[in-house]
Amino acid sequence: MLGFFLRRIGILIPTFLGVSFLAFMFIRVLPGDPILLMAGERSIKADRYQELLHQHGFDRPIIEQYGVYLGQLAKGNLGVSIVTKKSVLSEFLTLFPATLELSLAAMIIAVVVGVPAGMIAAVRRGSIVDHGVMATALVGYSMPIFWWALLLIIVFSGWLGLTPVSGRIDLVYYFKPVTGFMLIDSLLSGQEGAFRSALSHLVLPAIVLATIPLAVIARQTRSAMLEVLAEDYVRTARAKGLAPRRVIGIHALRNALIPVVTTIGLQVGVLLTGAILTETIFSWPGIGKWMVDSIFRRDYPSVQGGLLLIAMIVVFVNLVVDLLYGLINPRIRHVR
Amino acid sequence: MADMAADRDEPGTAAMARPGRFAEFWSYFRENRGAVVGLFFMGALVLVAVFAGVIAPHSPYEQYRDHFLQPPVFIEGGTWTFPLGTDPVGRDVLSRLIFGARYSLFIGAVVVSVAMVVGVALGLVAGFARGILDAAIMRIMDIILAFPSLLLALVLVAVIGPGLFNAMIAIAIVLQPHYVRLTRAAVLGERTKDYVTAARVAGAGSFRLMFRTILPNCMAPLIVQATLSFSNAILDAAALGFLGMGAQPPTPEWGTMLAEAREFILRAWWVVTFPGLAILLTVLAINLVGDGLRDAFDPKMKRS
Repeated sequence: MLGFFLRRIGILIPTFLGVSFLAFMFIRVLPGDPILLMAGERSIKADRYQELLHQHGFDRPIIEQYGVYLGQLAKGNLGVSIVTKKSVLSEFLTLFPATLELSLAAMIIAVVVGVPAGMIAAVRRGSIVDHGVMATALVGYSMPIFWWALLLIIVFSGWLGLTPVSGRIDLVYYFKPVTGFMLIDSLLSGQEGAFRSALSHLVLPAIVLATIPLAVIARQTRSAMLEVLAEDYVRTARAKGLAPRRVIGIHALRNALIPVVTTIGLQVGVLLTGAILTETIFSWPGIGKWMVDSIFRRDYPSVQGGLLLIAMIVVFVNLVVDLLYGLINPRIRHVR
Repeated sequence: MADMAADRDEPGTAAMARPGRFAEFWSYFRENRGAVVGLFFMGALVLVAVFAGVIAPHSPYEQYRDHFLQPPVFIEGGTWTFPLGTDPVGRDVLSRLIFGARYSLFIGAVVVSVAMVVGVALGLVAGFARGILDAAIMRIMDIILAFPSLLLALVLVAVIGPGLFNAMIAIAIVLQPHYVRLTRAAVLGERTKDYVTAARVAGAGSFRLMFRTILPNCMAPLIVQATLSFSNAILDAAALGFLGMGAQPPTPEWGTMLAEAREFILRAWWVVTFPGLAILLTVLAINLVGDGLRDAFDPKMKRS
C-alpha cells in the first residue's frame, strides 16, 4: 500500500518540474524584451539596461535562471504583479475562496441532481424517463456554457428581474471576510438580507458551472448502475427477497458509485475551465476572471504564477482521486 | 479496448471482409436514431457551408444602416428581408450564421486532423519504443493535461498572438494528448498479439508494423475520439472567440458574434440567442454521431 502511494507521488516530480518549466518559459518566449516591457513608455539608457538585465538574472544561462526560479518557488515567492504591485501568491489566495465557493456550489448541484437522475434512468431503462434524462444530459454536455450563461441572464435577470447580473453580493453590504465564502460570511455578519443577496448572486453562476459536470455525472452514474444491476450479487439480493428500493439504493448504488467518484474528481479541470468563462461573464471575483484579466492587462507575472498554481491544484486533486481509488478498489494498487 | 480488438478478423482476411464489415457497422449505426439525425444535420451543415454564397440572403459583412438591431420576422417589427433580425451594426444575422458554419466546420476539421496526426504518431512511437522515449513523451503529455484545456489554449494564444489560426494551433496542442494516450494504450494491447509477432517474424520493419499491422486495429477508439474532439474544438474555438482571443471581428465566427453582441443582450435577445443555438446544435449533432459510432463499433456493450 505504501509502495503504491510512493509510486504515485513519485510520478508527480517530473510533472511538477515540467509544469514549472512551462510556466517559467512562458515569460521568456513572449514576444518583446522583458526589461523594455518593465520600462514601459519611458525609454531606458544602455548602461541601466545592462544593470537591470544583470539584476534580474536575464544574462545568465536559461537553466541557471530556471534553478533560481525553482529556488524562489520553494520560498513561496511567485513574483509580483506588474499591475497591482502585490505578491502573486497573496493575490491568488485572496481570490481563490471565491472560485472555491462557486465550484463547490456547482459540484453540489451536479451531484445532487446528477446521481439520482442517472440512477432513475438506469432503473427505468428504455422508458421515457430514461430517454428524457439522457437527451437532457447530452444537451447539457454539448452546451457552450458562455452562451448558456447569457441566456439565463436574459431570462432570470432581464425578463424576470429575479437575479443580479454580476458580483458576489450587493454593494450595500460590507463586512470583513472571515472564511472567504460569501454565503458563510454573510450569515456571520448578521446583517439582514446579506445572505439572501449572496445567494441570489451565486445561483446563476453555480447553475452555469454545474451544467457540464452534471451531464457527465448523470451519464456515468447511469452506465455504472446498468453494469452493476446486471451482476450476480444483485440478482441474489433480489432473489432472497430484499425490497427493490434496498437492492438499488444500497447494494447496487454503493458499487456503482466507485467510478462516479473518479468522474467527480476528474471534473476539477472542467470546473476550472468553466470558471474562466463563468467568472468572466458574471464578473465573479475569482481566479478564472483574474487569469483572463491578467492576460489582457499583460500582467505576465500573474499569468505565470496563476498558471503554475492552477496546474498544481489539478495535479493534486487528480493524485488524491487516484489514491482514494486505490483505497476503495484494491485491484488498482497491484496493476503495474 | 483489448477485448474489443480481439474479436476482429485477422488482418489477412480484412480486405475480403471489408464491404461486409461496413454493412454490419451501418446496420448497428442505423439503429441509433439520434445518431442518424445527427449525421443528417451534419450533412446539411456541410452543404450550407459549401453553398453559403448562394444560400445567404445578404453578405455577412454588409451593414444596413437603416436596420440596426431589427428583430426577427416572427416578432413585431421584423421583416422577411432579415429573417433572424440584424445585429448592432445592421448586418443580417442569418447570413452571418450561414457563413459562420464554414468557420466552425473548418476549425473542427483542421484541429482534429492536426491533433490526430501528431497524437497518433507520438502514441505509436511511445508504445513501440518504450523505455526512455516512452517515458519522456508520456510525461510531456501529463504536463499538458495538468492544465485546464481552455486556460492553456488561452495562454498559448496570448503568447503567439490572438487570431483564428493561432487559436486552432493552440486547441490542437491541447487536444492531442488524448490521442497519444489512446494510441499508446492500444499499441501496448496489440503488440504482443500473435498476428503482430507473425508479421515481425515475416520480416516486417518497424514502420510497417506500426502503420500497416497495428494501427488499423486501433482505429475504432480513435474515430470515436475524433468526433469528441471535433465538438471540443468547435466549443473551445467559440469560447476563445468569445473571450476576444480567437477569430477577430468582423469575422462571422459564432463565438466572436456572441462576444460582439454581448452588451446588447437585454435589449435584443436574438443577437445573442441564434449564434449560441447554432453552436449548441452543431456540437449536439456531432456528439450524437459520436455516441452512435461508439455503440456501433462496440456492439457487445450496447447489448449488455
